[in-house]
Amino acid sequence: MKTAKTATQNACKLCNPLGACLAFKGIEKCVPFLHGSQGCATYIRRYLISHFKEPVDIASSNFNEDTAVFGGSHNLKLGLRNITKQYKPEIIGIATTCLSETIGDDVEMILREYDSEADPAVSRPVMIHASTPSYQGTHIDGFHAATRATVAQLAEGGTKRNLLTLFPNMVSPADLRYLKEILESFSIPFVLLPDYSETLDGGPWGEYHRIPKGGTPQHAIRKSGTAAASIEFTSVLTGEKSPAGYLEEKFDIPSYRLCLPIGIKQSDAFFNLLEKLSETPLPHRYEDERRRLVDAYVDGHKYVFGKKAIVYGEEDLVIAITAFLREIGISPVLCASGGKSGILKKRLAEMVPDIDDLGIKVREGVDFVDIENEAKNLEPDLLIGNSKGFTLSRKNNIPIVRIGFPIHDRFGGQRLHHLGYRGTQELFDRIVNTVIEYRQNSSPIGYTYM
Amino acid sequence: MEKLEILEGRKKQVFEKNKASATFDIKCETTSLSGSVSQRACVFCGSRVVLYPVADALHVVHGPIGCAAYTWDIRGAVSSGPELHRLSFSTDLKEMDVIYGGEKKLYQSLIELIDQYMPKAAFIYSTCIIGLIGDDIDAVCKKVSAEKGIPVLPVHSEGFKGTKKDGYKAACNALMKIVGTGSSEGIGKYSINILGEFNLAGEAWIIKDYYEQMGIEVVSTMTGDGRVDDIRRSHGASLNIVQCSGSMIKLAKMMEEKYGIPYLRVSYFGIEDMSKALYDVASHFSDDPSILQAAKKVVSREVGELYPQLLEFRKALDGKKAAIYVGGAFKAFSLIKALDSLGMDVVLAGSQTGNKDDYEGLKEMCDEGTIIVDDSNPVELSKFILEKEADLLIGGVKERPIAYKLGVSFCDHNHERKIPLAGFIGMYNFAKEVYESVMSPVWQFAPRKGGYS
Repeated sequence: MKTAKTATQNACKLCNPLGACLAFKGIEKCVPFLHGSQGCATYIRRYLISHFKEPVDIASSNFNEDTAVFGGSHNLKLGLRNITKQYKPEIIGIATTCLSETIGDDVEMILREYDSEADPAVSRPVMIHASTPSYQGTHIDGFHAATRATVAQLAEGGTKRNLLTLFPNMVSPADLRYLKEILESFSIPFVLLPDYSETLDGGPWGEYHRIPKGGTPQHAIRKSGTAAASIEFTSVLTGEKSPAGYLEEKFDIPSYRLCLPIGIKQSDAFFNLLEKLSETPLPHRYEDERRRLVDAYVDGHKYVFGKKAIVYGEEDLVIAITAFLREIGISPVLCASGGKSGILKKRLAEMVPDIDDLGIKVREGVDFVDIENEAKNLEPDLLIGNSKGFTLSRKNNIPIVRIGFPIHDRFGGQRLHHLGYRGTQELFDRIVNTVIEYRQNSSPIGYTYM
Repeated sequence: MEKLEILEGRKKQVFEKNKASATFDIKCETTSLSGSVSQRACVFCGSRVVLYPVADALHVVHGPIGCAAYTWDIRGAVSSGPELHRLSFSTDLKEMDVIYGGEKKLYQSLIELIDQYMPKAAFIYSTCIIGLIGDDIDAVCKKVSAEKGIPVLPVHSEGFKGTKKDGYKAACNALMKIVGTGSSEGIGKYSINILGEFNLAGEAWIIKDYYEQMGIEVVSTMTGDGRVDDIRRSHGASLNIVQCSGSMIKLAKMMEEKYGIPYLRVSYFGIEDMSKALYDVASHFSDDPSILQAAKKVVSREVGELYPQLLEFRKALDGKKAAIYVGGAFKAFSLIKALDSLGMDVVLAGSQTGNKDDYEGLKEMCDEGTIIVDDSNPVELSKFILEKEADLLIGGVKERPIAYKLGVSFCDHNHERKIPLAGFIGMYNFAKEVYESVMSPVWQFAPRKGGYS
């Protein structure tokens, strides 16, 4: 059977505005606002809700035919007025969809008009605009665009202070909580942006919280322009598109770009940098976590050695997971992403110098049908990625280890932990157990010790 | 609790039934207010949900990736055979396609996909951006259809060109192009099509089985477990049964006009409406009294089995309060009756797309003090749920976290459900699901029951 190549089949990516909405959810008292059709907001809400199991209110300017013909100015202003009245936000995070981008709405100009028409006595929310047309890039680009736009809008310069800004990339609420714990234990004042650890994984409510509590405070983001350094977890994002790149360019703040800290070596790199920047030695508890992790690697090494895995998802996640898999003896036979930075292979080779000798295939811009076709030749033992790989896993009887976003077919996806020694430990346990479970289930003997 | 002001532009879409408000003039069938956080989707969504279950057709979304990605395997619509509908196909337009047009990419995509999957037909959904860049998808579809010898049907579902209801119409228009293209030979006199039944969790099979037990031939279900060849010959049926009337009444009307096929509106939710759906069909075919007899037999057997079980649930649920917020208002009618049979009172009844007659009907059915609302949003829904002290919310995925956050039980009555809620067995499942959520001990920890917030 000849595979159709032109169309995208079972996409291994989402659209740009989704990432922007997620990032905006991580800012305190901020409401995401999509300038476009009603459907974009609703689909993205539904998609995020199915993962986070939390209300995700996203406003829309609700284009109609007239809006498309005459421009979105009227609808945008009306929507901003209504959302301000109803949600009382301090920040509105506006992302422009393919529709408003294609008709060429000048959001900055509309916002200036909105300002001049507003009652000067009434304070209005800060407006942040991220350009996120879905015909460019994927959801991860929207995530970074919104984060960068936030910094660009809010960060203020001044005398440098003892402060660190961390841009964690698109990680889970559990990861965000762990990062905060780490930074606190190094006693270093920090800004973590975005931080949806509470807004998208919070407690019960007595009444409806239009904007759930939590998120990076506006005043903290303003200070990021005076930080001593910024760290961002990314391998493929370049300075001109990244938030840390903006701070460096504008305020001369040194930026450290690290791979997502998954695995011992990458976590070491992160902790070493924190030791250096904070001039504080590694707290004992992380030393202990590291020791337990090394011990676990040893205990579990034979289960996983030589196993072949297909890794897919956002490029930064794929790179970090691949580096981690090489620490534990798993062969990543295919590293695949729906994203298309053009440098995935290059960055992977920096982490895994023997990438070609190992025969690791690297593919950008793929969909799940491409991955399935590769799987037929590569015969992997494992799939490692988000839950959209389940169709492929089921059809080909390849066990799947669910990580990242989205997790739509398991409970607790928002609480999956991936980063640092502790996150790696949880991830390693799950990978080993997936191998054991598969082996146990496919054996006729019914082993009770594995 | 902070008092909530309903947005100025929405005041006419909210109504509380009481003696003082004798005049009922709810505003509906209008586009959502900008900035109101509507629970609605768009035109594309309307088309996509209606056509989605046609299992041997190719569904290609023409536009950037989002619209296809978010609707991949989204419905619980199951198939007894091919499962092409569970795959997601997109032309995945990029910036250059937007500038230079996406027709070539669409053409190439279709040719390749048809060669690979050999579908019986193809539906091509145009998304927002297609309405702007002006791709002539009709021409591309015509060309591909001629080359490949299958129907290739454009679905004009640009997201901003109306509401979800306009998407239903676009879907019906596409279906109407296939209806009548097959041979109706061999179709008997006592035959029906079931419209607006999407076979969520196998519901169409349950309904079809009832009708078949009555000696009725089901020519096609549209679109649940749908097959192109069945739709092609559906004009040979004597009667159309329209469930979920919002989405497919237009097709029924077009088929009535073109082929003289009368239609009946029915609902398969709850004992009362389910029984009526069988009796109405029997009455239509009154020249054969054995059909009515068979219907009575089905109803009496099923109800006889179901009723004692429902009484058990009713003991626990009697007097509890329910809020309903669903897509189409027609479903709300059935839910009010079904909840009544469980002893539950409805304190809020709302829908995304109801029309004036629907809301008038809801008003008639509901008790004093019930809130009736069109195209609501999380802030309004949560306000009414708390004010009216609802114990249960019935809605879809987007409503679920609203209920859960507030410590209110929830029943998913939307298209992602995995348990059939239609038919007599469906009523049992519904009662069980409501019971299991309402009676769960977890609510004791919710702030509204005295737990910490």
